[in-house]
Amino acid sequence: MIKIEAIVREDRFEDVKQALQDINVHGITVYQVMGCGTQKGYTEYVRGQKVDITMLPKIKFEIVVSTDAWAEKTMDAIQKAAYTGMPGDGKIFAYKLDNAMRIRTRETGPEAIQPRD
Amino acid sequence: MIDTGNTGFVLLCAAFVFFMTPGLSLFYGGLVRRKNVVNTMMSSVFLIGVSIVLWVLFGYSLSFSGNIGGIIGNLDWFGMNGVGMEPGPYADSIPNLAFACFQMMFAIITPALITGATAGRMKFKAQFIFMILWSFIVYYPMAHMVWGQDGFLGTGFLHSVDFAGGNVVHISSGVSALVLCIILGKREGYEKQSYRTHNIPMVAFGAAVLLFGWFGFNAGSALAADGLAAHAFMTTAASCAAAIVTWMLMDVIISGKPTLIGAATGMVAGLVAITPGAGFVPVWSAVIIGALVSPLCYVMISFAKKKFGYDDALDAFGCHGIGGMWGGIATGLFGLSSINSVAEWDGLVFGDWHLFAAQVLSIVITIAVAIVGTLICVAITRLFTPLRVSQREERVGLDISEHNETAYPSFNGLD
Repeated sequence: MIKIEAIVREDRFEDVKQALQDINVHGITVYQVMGCGTQKGYTEYVRGQKVDITMLPKIKFEIVVSTDAWAEKTMDAIQKAAYTGMPGDGKIFAYKLDNAMRIRTRETGPEAIQPRD
Repeated sequence: MIDTGNTGFVLLCAAFVFFMTPGLSLFYGGLVRRKNVVNTMMSSVFLIGVSIVLWVLFGYSLSFSGNIGGIIGNLDWFGMNGVGMEPGPYADSIPNLAFACFQMMFAIITPALITGATAGRMKFKAQFIFMILWSFIVYYPMAHMVWGQDGFLGTGFLHSVDFAGGNVVHISSGVSALVLCIILGKREGYEKQSYRTHNIPMVAFGAAVLLFGWFGFNAGSALAADGLAAHAFMTTAASCAAAIVTWMLMDVIISGKPTLIGAATGMVAGLVAITPGAGFVPVWSAVIIGALVSPLCYVMISFAKKKFGYDDALDAFGCHGIGGMWGGIATGLFGLSSINSVAEWDGLVFGDWHLFAAQVLSIVITIAVAIVGTLICVAITRLFTPLRVSQREERVGLDISEHNETAYPSFNGLD
């Protein structure tokens, strides 16, 4: 099993969600996060005084898939949907996962994350 | 002869009406998504600046000085020149300046009402230009036609009545809002994403401020601290109250539970509906006018809007357009010349059709002026700037893209 974490722009949220649905990845968890990287922040003016905003709001997706092939497909879909070409597009991380359990049935391993009727 | 009581009353009412615009900014600001609240409130607040400057320089003169063809005034009172401490032609017991102040507040809130339909997608620059044009092309002519000396819809020709601005304020802004939101197009993801109200207490408090101000709006339109003012005060309260109750009832019938947003919306709709008739209809009929406006607006907002697929974001047309039309018609039904002799006939339920016909005609003409005027304003605005923000700007939110301000910096997210 592989866990994928993707940090993307706020305004790409709907596109990424749709892209994942299109490849039949339905188990997603979404976080609203703050972060910084290569992208510069922006400047707000409060009554004419500069305020630098360095931590930017981003959206983080967490997805667990069963195989390497699925992981590749998922990362590909996220990359395409979140791409703008400007600094600040975000990152995708993937790592091996030891175990999982479906709370409703006590199934473990890949069965726990497969869709079930 | 100046009457100090009347002058004090009208000036105080002017301050009440002024307070409605900040109230509206809270009402609208609460209703939008969190990323657009600054822009939405700004859309009302900037008009306090722009509309007052325009009013002092041109607006009062074009609306109320002289008469050109029953359509618009002249520029004799440019820059409040000749508008002084003595009574003017509209009220003989208060200074002309007091009347100008009172009317000025209406010129602020009317364009602000339109911004409810355009929330979440209209460029601020475009809004700024549009509202200036709209004041000249729609508002000043409307104010003159209804209330000015020998105005076409009022004493000049049609003899329809509009006590506190059903045509001038609510139908004109509501219909313009509808036209503008159709031209702008829907917000991205409309009907696919949830557009949840971001702050319901803010909506309720904004509606309460509107209600408070509305007593000045309607009672003050008597232009004297007299029995007619008291009458308008009571009809205003009665209609508003009935509309709150019937909106709650609609909520319960349609979706099972009464909602705070619903009660607040009903309150506003009830106030809109009584505005044209507040000083013409008997108090008992105000209860009927208020009770019927909520179902009408509810049907427009819940069903008609969906069916026709226009994105009137905060229901500026659904409340003010529809509510104003019903109010104008209701004035033709229930008006009594014994209450206020400005109405030359009694209403339809008392057996005379003249007032009713005049009211319906005046509404049709107001709708036409608003549609044509808005199309002209849009065409001119487009010479300077596109109307709508880019897709990315819309997604990030207009607070950042148009103003570089965040309403709630400690929170981030998608709503």
